[in-house]
Amino acid sequence: MTPRIADIWVYLSASPLLGLTITLLAYQGAYWLYRRAGFNPLLNPVLLAIIMLVAALKFTNTPYQAYFDGAQFVHFLLGPATVALAVPLYAQFDKLRAALLPLGGALLAGSLTAIISVLGIGWLLGAGETTLLSLAPKSVTAPIAMGISEKIGGIPSLTAVLVIMTGVSGAMMAKYVLDALRIRDYGVRGFAIGIAAHGIGTARAFQVSEQAGAFAGLGMGLNGLLTAVLMPLMLVIWRLI
Amino acid sequence: MLGALTTLLVYQLIGEVLVQALALPVPGPVIGMLLLFVSLWAKGGIPEPLRDTANGILQHLSLLFVPAGVGVMVHFSRVSGEWLPIVVAVLASTALAIAVSALTMQALMRGSNNAGGRK
Repeated sequence: MTPRIADIWVYLSASPLLGLTITLLAYQGAYWLYRRAGFNPLLNPVLLAIIMLVAALKFTNTPYQAYFDGAQFVHFLLGPATVALAVPLYAQFDKLRAALLPLGGALLAGSLTAIISVLGIGWLLGAGETTLLSLAPKSVTAPIAMGISEKIGGIPSLTAVLVIMTGVSGAMMAKYVLDALRIRDYGVRGFAIGIAAHGIGTARAFQVSEQAGAFAGLGMGLNGLLTAVLMPLMLVIWRLI
Repeated sequence: MLGALTTLLVYQLIGEVLVQALALPVPGPVIGMLLLFVSLWAKGGIPEPLRDTANGILQHLSLLFVPAGVGVMVHFSRVSGEWLPIVVAVLASTALAIAVSALTMQALMRGSNNAGGRK
């Protein structure tokens, strides 16, 4: 019996089916738990799914690359998903035009705060240059951040991990930060989460309120764009100084 | 849904080609998003299938981050070697970015509301 199970395992571990299936299973399990807990921000489904999957891969001694051969089909959708952001962006176009100045001001202030504070704090605490360059676009949605990281000399796959750390921590802490600041407007709350914590923050915002979700999507898209333009420029200026 | 998915992929492809051809500093999907936005604007509306497909993908946006997040296991050594600066910088910077964005937007909204009231 045992050799047959081993044979099946050898067969499955060479096919992309397993990596893809366990990704979907882990995420849905995590989401089920999250929903049962009344969408408690501390039980973030992305974090739970990642913990489950890393534990499973470590336990079965499966290398990340073998897992990713299957999971890449999910990962690939980040590209079309970025393009799809044009749809909620366009749907919110009237609100965007009506609040052009507050949105623009918040975007610029938030985007610069995210970049400068992560570089400053990381540098003060002694992070190396490659780590700093990989950290710089951490508030931007993964596909854009990885592209930026590659362009400025960071490690794209490390950036992806840091982006996800940022998104998960933003989704977990946003409620407490915004409550402490007594910010009640769902548009403002959503926009701030989208700027600081991209897609994972946006997913969280959609679970709380539709308006917050729409503004978060807006913040994520605009910050992605702004950072993609701003970061190479900032680096050129930095090198000149 | 198939047509809408194809639309998204075509825009992504055009974006990637433009980025390569013109050596643009932004990733291909971002250019694709901009082009789709401009197309929707020119068209003056969102086709129903495109709206459904886009909402379907964006609803499960957080799932799409899981495979890359599992990549933390590859970077364990770097992350654990520099875990203090990384964790503190990410947490503090994220909290700061949320706070600064929200406070700026709220202040500017109050400002423009007051300006509107005075008219």
